[in-house]
Amino acid sequence: MTSTTTVTDALPDAVVASRGPRYRQQLQQILAFAGLVVIFAFFSIASPYFLDWANIKGILLATAVTGIMALGATFVIATGGIDLSVGTGMTLCAVMTGVFLTNLGLPLVVGVLGGIAAGALLGFVNGLNVSFLGIPPFIATLATMMVAQGLSLVISGTKPIYFSDVPGFTQIALGELVPGLPNAVLIFFAAAVVAGVLLSKSLIGRYALSIGSNEEATAISGIDVRRWKVVVYTVAGVFTGLAGVVMASRLNSAQPGLGLGYELEAIAAVVIGGTSLRGGKATILGTVIGALIMATLTNGLRIMSIPQEWQKVAVGIVILLAVYTDILRRGKDA
Amino acid sequence: MSTDPSPPARAGTPPGAPDGTAHPLLRVEGISKAFPGVMALDDVRLDLRHGEVLALVGENGAGKSTLMKLLSGIYQPDAGTMELEGAPLEVRSPRQANERGVAIIHQEFHLMPDLSVAQNIFAGREPRRAGFIDDRALVRRATELFRRLEIPLDPRQPVSQLSVAGQQMVEIAKALSFDAKVLIMDEPTAALNDVEVRTLFRLIRGFVTPGTGVIYISHRMDEIKDISDRITVLRDGRYIDTLATPGTAVKDVIARMVGREIRTDVRPAPAPEGRPVVLSVRGLSTRKLLKDVTFDLHEGEILGFAGLMGAGRTEVARALVGADRSTGHVEVRGRAVTVRNPADAVRHGIGYLSEDRKRYGLLLDQDVTANVMLSSLGRETRAGFVRDGDSRRVATEMVRRLAIKTPTVRQRTKNLSGGNQQKVVLAKWLVRDCDVLIVDEPTRGIDVGAKEEIYDLLRALADQGKSIVMISSELPEVLRLSERIVVMCEGRVTGVLDNDDATQHNIMELATQFGGAEHLLATTGDAR
Repeated sequence: MTSTTTVTDALPDAVVASRGPRYRQQLQQILAFAGLVVIFAFFSIASPYFLDWANIKGILLATAVTGIMALGATFVIATGGIDLSVGTGMTLCAVMTGVFLTNLGLPLVVGVLGGIAAGALLGFVNGLNVSFLGIPPFIATLATMMVAQGLSLVISGTKPIYFSDVPGFTQIALGELVPGLPNAVLIFFAAAVVAGVLLSKSLIGRYALSIGSNEEATAISGIDVRRWKVVVYTVAGVFTGLAGVVMASRLNSAQPGLGLGYELEAIAAVVIGGTSLRGGKATILGTVIGALIMATLTNGLRIMSIPQEWQKVAVGIVILLAVYTDILRRGKDA
Repeated sequence: MSTDPSPPARAGTPPGAPDGTAHPLLRVEGISKAFPGVMALDDVRLDLRHGEVLALVGENGAGKSTLMKLLSGIYQPDAGTMELEGAPLEVRSPRQANERGVAIIHQEFHLMPDLSVAQNIFAGREPRRAGFIDDRALVRRATELFRRLEIPLDPRQPVSQLSVAGQQMVEIAKALSFDAKVLIMDEPTAALNDVEVRTLFRLIRGFVTPGTGVIYISHRMDEIKDISDRITVLRDGRYIDTLATPGTAVKDVIARMVGREIRTDVRPAPAPEGRPVVLSVRGLSTRKLLKDVTFDLHEGEILGFAGLMGAGRTEVARALVGADRSTGHVEVRGRAVTVRNPADAVRHGIGYLSEDRKRYGLLLDQDVTANVMLSSLGRETRAGFVRDGDSRRVATEMVRRLAIKTPTVRQRTKNLSGGNQQKVVLAKWLVRDCDVLIVDEPTRGIDVGAKEEIYDLLRALADQGKSIVMISSELPEVLRLSERIVVMCEGRVTGVLDNDDATQHNIMELATQFGGAEHLLATTGDAR
């Protein structure tokens, strides 16, 4: 009982005020950031090649695709849901971009927007299934994950689609508007800013967090929870679409066999960033840091010539540690 | 007990059992249990003799369920002793209580619907052979049990296929399979029809032997008359009296349940004539409970809803705000409205303050501002973006107006006291500017001082022209605030009383009407 008793008016104002939600969220991000610094420092010492700018660029590029997906996934997870379809969904969007640009020969902008729209549609379908059919998010998006995987193969005829005939397409991800920094990284950061504003300042973000905090109370308060969930999944789909375009541009091709497993990396990034899988608490900055941690870890282990199978083991353990620290921290002040 | 309408048949006090043993079957002495902000039980005692059925009665919140949870080991008492046949009874879990011979049948069933009857009864103690569950022995034992109890159930049937009464039987069989000495039943007939009630009573009578006893918790006076030997009355967490059932009139029991005299000086002024009807409800029904609920709510009125637990008051509220499906005709200010979900209700200016504010009222992990603004965010945006400065200003204004005690509007509502949490929920609807407020148990779990504040607040809101439906299980609260009182019983409206005509007694009569008490209550005089 004691843990749930109300801290009432008796406490000195300053004490109560200093434990506001802001302080907590900041602590969460500080911890994640400290983790990133530690990992970074470790690899810098362990490998002479790690701090090479080309390598850092590689890490940032790798962060970009998972990171953009993770940004969208953050919204879904904020509602207490989950989106397993972002990985293969991203591939489907890449394939669709390929169809629009190479097979149909549409203009670059139209093709890119078409790819993003494909993601939005996928998210919209997820939202409908979750909200109006009442299918649990895990199952609903597991199903669309498989559907997206299958469709990618069907539409592409199981062969990669190359963008060699599309001038300027690779520039989307690999061009350097800022010399030395690939555009993909800029896109990721820009998307993060947009996501951050959406999450903290727009109705979409506020309602997503409210639904995640207490769906029933949110509904009773007169918010059309079902409609807003569809919006949230659609937003996640837009980010998936963007990730697909960036991925295609980076590889200069749409690889229909790729994508499976990316969703788990994205979810891991969100969770490492301190967003609660139970919903109601989410930060975009945390997700960005989480995505950087995931990419840094994979890159660092590879550069140290750790066999790929052991890399997976290490990443898994880091996820366990990250989430366990979060639980420890919450347990203390809950 | 200050008033004694008539000297009732006082139950004999010697604790000895009829068979001459020195100790009663079960004795509870000086038991107290406090929850944050509430003294649920205060120095309560109770004797259950060998071979008797003891009825335990009291209004909602009198402490019956808490007492039962202490006996079944769900809670631990803060003070006091419990004895079973003279030996101290200390139970840490329901399982332990069972093993000591105390079996409890809760109001809500605790069955696993997809498992068979036999699997449910022997869950956790299945007969085994070589480490595996021996299904044949399981069914055999269940069959033997049913033969002994004369219960017509198929042990192999999944529980989900049984009627409510059938599930009740499974619960009873499960309780009795422990060779219980003391059987405690909480509102066992709430979901049963007359025939099923008779079957249940046959089971109870079959169970009671010189070595056993039953504590029977119920609101239904006729059943209590029928089945019990003595009646123990609790009120506001205190022991009031124990009466021998034969020779006791129902009105004497009710007088003890109601007890406290309400302050008649703080009744609302009579409603002025000719106020417009704001909310008109006709024939509101749900599949499960509500039948043809009809009432009008006037502008600036507080309309009380009284009734016992399960009478359907909360269901009316949930149906009106579209949280549950219903049929019927609803008009807001003369215009027919269709409310499919709470969003529709809010659009028509109907706000609902739930009895369970933690579940349906608050975002506990979010701050005061987020909670106060939740319903209104959609209207307060600029191009889809929230204006935090304005939100905080509005929240601060509400904190001032409702005197919400919080250090800042950034405080998480989890850290506020119950009364202040309730004010935050109220503030949410005020910011949304709802004309009709449905407040469900607005002072539940709130300390006395904060209650007064909530009363004043509701009164002030009504005076400002808000129309309020107030559901409450506390009759003094209903009488104090409501100009008119709708009384419900088993999903139906059994009466609408003007405050002038309303007394705790006649409200209780209407509230227990379908419990079959009317023939007994017909003779009850107005004690006011």
